[in-house]
Amino acid sequence: MKQFIAFIRKEFYHIFRDTRTLVVLFGMPLAQLLLFGYAITTEVNNAKIGIYNQSPGQYSNGLVDKMVSSGFFRLTENIYSEAEMLDAFKKNKLKLVMVIPTDFESKVNRGEARIQLIADGSDPNLASILTTSAEAIIMTWMKGNFTQNLDIETINPQVRWHYNPELKSAEMFVPGVVTIILMLVSAMLTSISITREKELGTIEILYVSPLRPVTIIIGKVVPFAILSIINTIMILGAAYLIFSVPVNGSILLLLAESMLFIMTSLGLGVLISTVSDTQQTALMLSLFGLMLPTILLSGFIFPISSMPLPLQIISNIIPAKWFLIIIKSIMLKGVGIAYFWKETLVLVGMSLFFIGLSIKKYKIRLQ
Amino acid sequence: MNNKDFTITAKNLTKQFGDFTAVDAISFEVGKGEIFGFLGANGAGKTTAIKMLCGLSMPSSGEATIAGYDIYKEPEMIKKNIGYMSQHFSLYQDMTIRENIRFYAGIYGLTNKQIKERGEQLIKELKLENFADRFVADLPLGFKQKLAFSIAVIHNPKIVFLDEPTSGVDPITRRQFWGLIYEASHRGITVFVTTHYLEEAEYCDRVSIMVDGEMRDLDTPVGLMKKYNKKTMNDVFLYMAVRSKRKE
Repeated sequence: MKQFIAFIRKEFYHIFRDTRTLVVLFGMPLAQLLLFGYAITTEVNNAKIGIYNQSPGQYSNGLVDKMVSSGFFRLTENIYSEAEMLDAFKKNKLKLVMVIPTDFESKVNRGEARIQLIADGSDPNLASILTTSAEAIIMTWMKGNFTQNLDIETINPQVRWHYNPELKSAEMFVPGVVTIILMLVSAMLTSISITREKELGTIEILYVSPLRPVTIIIGKVVPFAILSIINTIMILGAAYLIFSVPVNGSILLLLAESMLFIMTSLGLGVLISTVSDTQQTALMLSLFGLMLPTILLSGFIFPISSMPLPLQIISNIIPAKWFLIIIKSIMLKGVGIAYFWKETLVLVGMSLFFIGLSIKKYKIRLQ
Repeated sequence: MNNKDFTITAKNLTKQFGDFTAVDAISFEVGKGEIFGFLGANGAGKTTAIKMLCGLSMPSSGEATIAGYDIYKEPEMIKKNIGYMSQHFSLYQDMTIRENIRFYAGIYGLTNKQIKERGEQLIKELKLENFADRFVADLPLGFKQKLAFSIAVIHNPKIVFLDEPTSGVDPITRRQFWGLIYEASHRGITVFVTTHYLEEAEYCDRVSIMVDGEMRDLDTPVGLMKKYNKKTMNDVFLYMAVRSKRKE
């Protein structure tokens, strides 16, 4: 035990004296959180909109006012011809144009008026969000002005978003950021820290010492496991303070499940270090072998259900996919383990498999 | 054979990598407190042999005992009784001298009291008092090597294996380094050292010469010079190494 403590102490010296490791450990989570929070947002504020009003009048002007004052849109340009509109789209000055046709004023009282919304489809996500918002605003305006006509309206669906009623993107990305950071810190930093000793040749001294190989591996991963848990708490805390994203379920359960996912990642990290002899290789393998699949195939950014079938099948072997389901369930839905015991079992299986495999590989390398 | 008089015995120790025989059936004994030189050109199989003796690499065939323990059956006991210093620099550059001492003494299971006593004594002997809390990275190479050796024997092992410990060190420091080796030998520690500085071979009690994975000869430096009728170990070595069929 004394030997183990001496080893752990040494590991913490390495970690706290290496600027790059510290940046990855503490800078990266914050940077990712802020990036996803502010830059990569699916919410719409102040989108650039143009109005092509071919039928100026009391009603059409009222509608334009309503549109602009909604906060979603910023009127950038009044348009007076189709050519002008196309030009504005090409120059990327506008994302959406509302066309009010010439017969609008005359037909609007009879409930026959039409409005055209033209969106820039080169950014399909944004386009669909903008048109949906615009439709909703037009709807509200109609209700405000023509209640009598709305009686004959067809069924008007009331949409409500469960678990994230305001569709805040922060609530979607925080679980994803936690997942990525845990994978990154646990797997990448562990594999780099082991291969660094290989590169320096100090690992031979450790092998010759009475330390057992298992002790060396455990000594390497324990500091990163501790730091990963601290990281999780840090991200959740920052997410709560900056973006007011709460954890609806049990925080203890969340940390326990995180620990499980950390074990899986650490197993992968040790595995990577057994097949790479330099820090460079370990870094490359972690980035392209773990990080990219984690970001792309876990369902964090692209929904798994809309992937082609082969990718959907591959996504099953990505540990992050299962963890993401678990962490979203706890954070957003606030449900307990009864709802994701299957996913938990998958992660238990994966972590046992990776840890077992890496210990086996480690022994072979020693021969 | 009586193992008690010897701290290292090897019999037909062999290591093969596929078709390539890196170490070909070497046999020898090393006595307690002896300084045993292990000479050979690069690629002659020195490092592979030393790795087998330290338990870093499993022999393909043959037998060996280290400090009386069998290398197949009791590797854990062997590890407690040996020290090792590799040709790579083996201290942690991002830790201070004291931290390195504490770490290595710690993983060999020394008590806190022992660590403190021996550590301070070591720092004094190497005249490193003013550097003890500085990072190892800031030390000149010669100091680093001497420190690495002293740390390798801090747990009073029965045998210390040194794999080209003085490569890249200036002649004066090399001399001081050998002073440390003699001292360890006087304390009864067996020293097994590989080197390619041939004047160093003359400091050894006995020298073995590896060519193409085989041990071509083993004798005292004087005995070898006499046998081959050469004036220096350098000439002896060149005479033998020229007959190597293996390319680097």
